[in-house]
Amino acid sequence: MKRGLAALLISTMVLGLTACGGVKQETQAETPQAETEEKMADDSGNGSADVAGGEEVTIKYCNFNASGGNEETLAAMYEKFHEQYPNITVDIETVAYDDYFTMMQTRVAGGTAPDCYELNIENFASYASKGVLADLSGADTSNFNETALSAFNVEGTQYGLPGNFSNVVLIYNKDLFDQAGVSYPTDDWTWEDVQEAAEKIRSLSDDIYGIYAPLTYNEFYKVAAQYGGSLLNEDKTEFTINSPENLKAAQMMIDRVVDSNVQPNEEQMAGMGDWDLFESGRVGMITTGIWAFNTFKDACDFEWDICVEPGGTKKATHFFSNALVVNADSDKKEAATTWITWLASSDEAAQIRIDAGWDLPAIKNQEVLDDYLTITPPDNKQAVFASLNYLTVPTIIEDYSMMSDIITEKLSEAASGKISVQDALEQAQAECESSINLK
Amino acid sequence: MNRKAKNRLGDVGFYIISIVIAVIVMIPFFWMLSTSLKSKGALMALPVQWIPEEPTRDAYAQVFKRFPFLRAVGNSIFITVSYVLITILSSSMAAFAFTKIQFPFADGIFKLYLASMMIPTQVTLIPLFIIMNGMSLTDTYASVICPSLFKAFGIFLLVQNMRSVPNDFIEAAQIDGAGMWYIYRKIMLPLSAPAIATLGITTFMDSWNDYLWPLVMLSDKNKMTITLALNSLNGQYATEYNVLMAGSLISMIPIIIVYIGANSRMKSGIMVGGVKG
Amino acid sequence: MAKQKRKVEKKKIIQALPFMLPSFIGMLIFSLCPVLIAVFLSFTDWNGLEKLNVQTFTDHFIGVDNYKTILSSSEFWTVLLHTLYYIALYIPLVFIASLGIALLLNKKKKGTMVLRVLYYIPVLTSWVAASLIWKWVLSPKYGIFNQILGIVGISGPGWLTSEVWAMPGIVLASVWKDMGFFGLFLLSGLSAIDPTYYEAAKVDGAGRIVTFFKVTLPLLTPSIFFCLIMSLINAFQLFPQVQIMTEGGPNGATQVMVERIYTYGFSYFKMGYASAYSWLLFLIIFVLTMIQMKLQNGWVHYES
Repeated sequence: MKRGLAALLISTMVLGLTACGGVKQETQAETPQAETEEKMADDSGNGSADVAGGEEVTIKYCNFNASGGNEETLAAMYEKFHEQYPNITVDIETVAYDDYFTMMQTRVAGGTAPDCYELNIENFASYASKGVLADLSGADTSNFNETALSAFNVEGTQYGLPGNFSNVVLIYNKDLFDQAGVSYPTDDWTWEDVQEAAEKIRSLSDDIYGIYAPLTYNEFYKVAAQYGGSLLNEDKTEFTINSPENLKAAQMMIDRVVDSNVQPNEEQMAGMGDWDLFESGRVGMITTGIWAFNTFKDACDFEWDICVEPGGTKKATHFFSNALVVNADSDKKEAATTWITWLASSDEAAQIRIDAGWDLPAIKNQEVLDDYLTITPPDNKQAVFASLNYLTVPTIIEDYSMMSDIITEKLSEAASGKISVQDALEQAQAECESSINLK
Repeated sequence: MNRKAKNRLGDVGFYIISIVIAVIVMIPFFWMLSTSLKSKGALMALPVQWIPEEPTRDAYAQVFKRFPFLRAVGNSIFITVSYVLITILSSSMAAFAFTKIQFPFADGIFKLYLASMMIPTQVTLIPLFIIMNGMSLTDTYASVICPSLFKAFGIFLLVQNMRSVPNDFIEAAQIDGAGMWYIYRKIMLPLSAPAIATLGITTFMDSWNDYLWPLVMLSDKNKMTITLALNSLNGQYATEYNVLMAGSLISMIPIIIVYIGANSRMKSGIMVGGVKG
Repeated sequence: MAKQKRKVEKKKIIQALPFMLPSFIGMLIFSLCPVLIAVFLSFTDWNGLEKLNVQTFTDHFIGVDNYKTILSSSEFWTVLLHTLYYIALYIPLVFIASLGIALLLNKKKKGTMVLRVLYYIPVLTSWVAASLIWKWVLSPKYGIFNQILGIVGISGPGWLTSEVWAMPGIVLASVWKDMGFFGLFLLSGLSAIDPTYYEAAKVDGAGRIVTFFKVTLPLLTPSIFFCLIMSLINAFQLFPQVQIMTEGGPNGATQVMVERIYTYGFSYFKMGYASAYSWLLFLIIFVLTMIQMKLQNGWVHYES
């Protein structure tokens, strides 16, 4: 009987705690083998790979951008890279966007962050201010688009490289414009022209709307810039959310929903996303990112095209990019920097990226970018590059996410008619002042 | 005769109610199936297509194409089976001690166990990760399996169940000279078989569907579980719902098989219990 | 006498030790240690990004500031109220639904096996898939739910897009998903009831309803108690469905405790603050559970 109990205990422990050690050994034994196999495969592909110089080094790269369909493209880029730098092996981990940041934060705090990784702009702001990112001043940034590069420069230190590049344009449904008898938008339209067109399209049917522009922080700071406003003063010491320029911008955005209703409110959206609305042919215009092109190409059974986003008193367009960063604690910073620089700015990587229709590389080389123009629809792809002349870069502060949440919440309260636009901005200003400490 | 008719009427009522509930339960599931058979373009079409006009197996082909499917399933099975076995053993042993050995501090320890369920895992995520890292368990199967040693939920479930077993059985066995191990194995385990089967299926499901913890712990592609693999189908801007739903459906199949198996266990458990009782 | 007692106690401990060891070790490593770290963190302004080590506690120590800030913020109380609102709707509904399912499936009729599988399918569905499904089901204009209501002549509300109806919408989805789960426990409780009790009740000439209230329900109380405690603990920690279905909106109407904890910890990088938040949540759940444990002697019957 005693023996039975002992056996049971042992089996539980073996399965549980002691197994921890056992499994570990087993897997450790497994990994080098897998690596050798990989290397052998590489070698055979290369014919005679000469190790051009530098030590053999393996770095870890973690990203979310390739998830959902571009893993193979990223693998192809790496293959090219490894041909040029045979001494650098990159272990790529691609993780879905949804929980990527929870995972990354846990690993960073736990001290096991990968050598280099990808961050979106919201998280980049916080990571950069907390000293977990390496200074990339030594990187060769000659090939980068300067505006894009400057977005990841925090108070003089380059903490990240723009890994890709997207901007926002006005996408419109040609069929709806034809039906309403309105001429197509052009690059010099202002929001007043849009309003006029939107009202005509709105009158086509109860289910058809003129325009959809998200009522979010991201949209707001850009529209504010179009009216000459901004959310912070120039040296980032004070919030200026309730400025008259900002009020004008917010009023215009909200009026579309609550006043003229050329833009659907939450209830009229019926739980659909803005893209769904456009794809189902029920909205005339939408301001959204160029990353929508591929989806719209497949999903829309009507004619559509794009133009540079209309402005207020001046033009301002969005710039979105994910940052590629190097872990401040990594002991392979040099190799990691080499890889992300190559990935983000080399002509080879850019060519593969464009051929796959993934997104745009943030580079200067217009020749490579020209290929992008040939892929249609939209016909007016030139507008994507024309938009680059008006880029506004979001203001990076430590509590970026909190500021963005507060403003988005107040805007949607105003859009639901609960408070006036003026109050929304006043409240957002007060809340940001009380809960965010600007250094 | 009259009674028979009444019974039949009861039968009809039973089936009508069951089917109505089944339909309510199944509508969303049906929608999942229907979405998985749609082509990309038909996903958001209006009016909503409850039955896809042109059903396609594309999404399923995509699921198999995107990642090493078999490898991921193998990992999931290895992790989940180990997890379930450890949970059942460890929980049933603890529950037995709590209910049938009135040892000092039992009440206090039980409350401590219960309390452990009340802390949101969101704040213990980083501390637990650091502990795992301290034991150099990051990126091992063990890091995902080991937490199964302590499942307060399972212990609580089995305690509730074992409390209902009359102490007479234990006392009678003790008079016959049986030791605690014998009583645990020969009396308590068979008598709790239905509850253990229930715990088994619940734990199986939890472990199979677990996402965040394996994501944080495992970075080696070769150790990826099926749930991790399926989630990598979500992109930053767009999610292919048809592929996602197809993947979800495929990953549900093993759980359903285990569930059916556990259900038959639950029945035989009753039989043993009936004989003993 | 006292010596005698101590001897018995010692024997009991020796008897219990091997049975308790696996779970106890597991508890120490995987639960108590992380929890203690989280306790310490709640007294710091640690951001959740800088590497966590012993120095973190001394470098970032701020005393009980986090607790003070939380308790004096109106947000905490609003969010607590939302959580309680959810619980008040969810627990009765999920109980009625799961008890109904358990009773239905306990009948020895043809096809119950198939039904058991069907009713359990929502439990097996991940929240990611389930939330997407429910967003569609509750879609105001095109969703099946409002379409059905329309047939009966009721014009359905905006559900997840309306401040009033978003929480009930989440409750509906949660009940749908969880009723099979709790139904399973109640069912295993039902099937564990010794048939001789029913025979005895029959002999006494008790009708169906009397049998249900005098035999079935009392004997089911241990399972009901289990479900009550578990559903309460889980309901307080409501999170994934909110995150996917409404993200706390519209206008913060579905912001709940764990959703805030997650946002503070992982989006605003205020992990110390989030830790303090979860300790307050813990306190609430713990007190309520202990009250339940005390009250159980009044209504839970463990042995016949």
